[in-house]
Amino acid sequence: MGNFAANEGLSIFVILVWLGINVFLFVHYYLAFLTDNFYYTGVILGHALSWARAPAACLNFNCMLILLPVCRNLLSFLRGSIQHCSRTAARQLDRNLTFHKLVAYMIAFHTAIHIIAHLFNFERFMGAQLDSNTTVSFVLSQIGNGDNRSFLNPIRTSDTNPTYVMFTTIAGLTGVVITLALILITTSSMEVIRRSYFEVFWYTHHLFIIFFIGLVIHGVGRIVRGQTSESLNEHKPELCAKYYQTWGKNGTFCPVPNFAGNPPGTWKWVVGPMFLYLCERLVRFYRSQQKVVITKVVMHPSKTLELQMKRKGFRMEVGQYVFLQCPSVSQLEWHPFTLTSAPEEDQFSVHIRIVGDWTQGLYEACGGDKPGFQEAWKLPKMGVDGPFGTASEDVFQYEVVMLVGAGIGVTPFASILKSVWYKHVHENTKVFTKKIYFYWLCPETQAFEWFADLLQSLEGQMQEKGMTDFLSYNIYLTRWKETEAAHFTVHHEAENDPITGLKQMTRYGKPNWDNEFKAIGNNHPGSKVGVFLCGPTVLGKALEKQCHTHSQSNVDFIFNKENF
Amino acid sequence: MGKIEWAMWANEQALAAGLILLTGGIVGVAGQFRDWEFAAYGVAAGVFICFLEYPRGMRNKGTSVERTGQYCLTVCVKAFGPVTRNYYVRAGLHAALCVPGAFILPTVLGCVCLAIASIIYLVAAIRGEQWLPILPKKTEKRVEMGKSIAYPPQNPPPRPPPELRRKRAEDLEGAAYVNPIAVTANE
Repeated sequence: MGNFAANEGLSIFVILVWLGINVFLFVHYYLAFLTDNFYYTGVILGHALSWARAPAACLNFNCMLILLPVCRNLLSFLRGSIQHCSRTAARQLDRNLTFHKLVAYMIAFHTAIHIIAHLFNFERFMGAQLDSNTTVSFVLSQIGNGDNRSFLNPIRTSDTNPTYVMFTTIAGLTGVVITLALILITTSSMEVIRRSYFEVFWYTHHLFIIFFIGLVIHGVGRIVRGQTSESLNEHKPELCAKYYQTWGKNGTFCPVPNFAGNPPGTWKWVVGPMFLYLCERLVRFYRSQQKVVITKVVMHPSKTLELQMKRKGFRMEVGQYVFLQCPSVSQLEWHPFTLTSAPEEDQFSVHIRIVGDWTQGLYEACGGDKPGFQEAWKLPKMGVDGPFGTASEDVFQYEVVMLVGAGIGVTPFASILKSVWYKHVHENTKVFTKKIYFYWLCPETQAFEWFADLLQSLEGQMQEKGMTDFLSYNIYLTRWKETEAAHFTVHHEAENDPITGLKQMTRYGKPNWDNEFKAIGNNHPGSKVGVFLCGPTVLGKALEKQCHTHSQSNVDFIFNKENF
Repeated sequence: MGKIEWAMWANEQALAAGLILLTGGIVGVAGQFRDWEFAAYGVAAGVFICFLEYPRGMRNKGTSVERTGQYCLTVCVKAFGPVTRNYYVRAGLHAALCVPGAFILPTVLGCVCLAIASIIYLVAAIRGEQWLPILPKKTEKRVEMGKSIAYPPQNPPPRPPPELRRKRAEDLEGAAYVNPIAVTANE
């Protein structure tokens, strides 16, 4: 069957705990508003008060959580510390964006319940003011008319309407503002908008600042009223409720009840994460101010730009990524790119595909469209934040490793292979990894060019050292044109591959994963095989299925996916 | 932000606004609120807006992603021609539709969201965007890969067998093609 538990167990556990806390908070606060001091509030509002306060508690909890997964410097630090204890726990931190989205959906869900419940609350409060003066609701609404302090019903007169009241109370106004912010954030975060117009998504997402400020102010008006404890001592609802016509009158033993609002509690939940996030942004800013020098710019075919840079004190592990900023292109945008250099080198490099506004601007700023040599001082100033760790850091902790890269997704593995070369060939340090299977799926031939150099040198070095067994790589060309096909057929018998110039022949089409996994499983019984993918989700699902299917008692396939 | 097609975002916002207006309307009607007639309007307007905004338009640049099952509505919306194609009309329509929502509390949120969507559509219209339907392309049915292929092809794409590839001097008649220049054997 499969080692589903090894791959997914911890994630499921975390999600269940999170859901459990949500359910607990919901039920607990629902019941908390059915107690005696809210008896009279409940007379007017029924259960709608509880239906509003329960999601409010869950909202407090989730708004506290939502800022944490996006503090990537904090997460990177945590990941480095946890890695020494448990590889599985460290891998959980790779799914931070997924968790961020889950919490966001939960916030949207609870906001909906909260708003609908408050619609009923406003309606019932208004109804109480408009009632005839013989009902208990009306009598309750008149309390506090003199001193305007001890009132129950926040709607103080019958000469108004709920919409007007909403816009003139702190709670109502902040509620509308933060809900609008939430809706705008949500609609601009839809996958279509996010993938195609990243700038809109990024700038609109900063409305979360307004969201959090409004959220903290939301309860300041103390609009949810319950009976004060002194009043409860003198006036017990279960005894006095039916004598509402005569409260406070001479000769009765039931004084008029007094009400007060709860102090705002949201700030206690969110102030910690807000502070952590502020620190995160300060760290990012500090890192961006450090001087970064571009030492080399290379323009590769299929619109790939390579930048080699240096920064004082920069240290990285294999397969990590950095965020790049180019102030001359855009002051506020930071974009993630995988590092393609090895930790052993003295500069770091990234390979960037030119697909959108920002990458095009970067290409022009680096003089890509101008022919000839560029002066070093003409190159733009860059900001670099990172490096941040992702799944590829774990590669050398497995004895056997399968690396699968699709198209530009091969970049983290470029870093790994370079590091392998340095370790084995230059420094000869003892490396735990004994065998690497490398698969590169690519739709066009030019994309091979910059990577082919690396593989060629690796090939040569391994042959010299007699270590041809260590790395087994397979390049798959998944699409080709008629003219190219003709070229392949003519040179089919050549010793070196016509496309890459390597001894290992390029294959055509897509790999048959079933066979590949079976073969690897048979070759390495009793070991844990790490499967690393950087590529499209569809391929990820296929590989994940293969991992589950082929993980039997003696060989474990553990799946890791890179994601941006 | 230069290349953003505002209509894409306006569409998401308007669809969300339609759903919010619809939900508010249902609450108002089901809860039998005062002035529930406005809530009933909210339901009707919400449904109409959802139908209008569900089919995504075609993008100028890049691939257009359809929403699931949007083809029928695409055809309906397309049938109205310039009324639905022009974004000025949509901006004005949403601005007008949102007004009655402001009168009772349940539909106020839908009203404001719709107003924002209307503004974004206005921006899209000023930039000259328009709604074009996503219609399925007529592609040839791709040949299904046979289940018998167990290994990826070891050889490059197929070529004719050796006998037909080149004319042989001994058998000029048996060749698959005719040469304008006479074929001679190698010296």
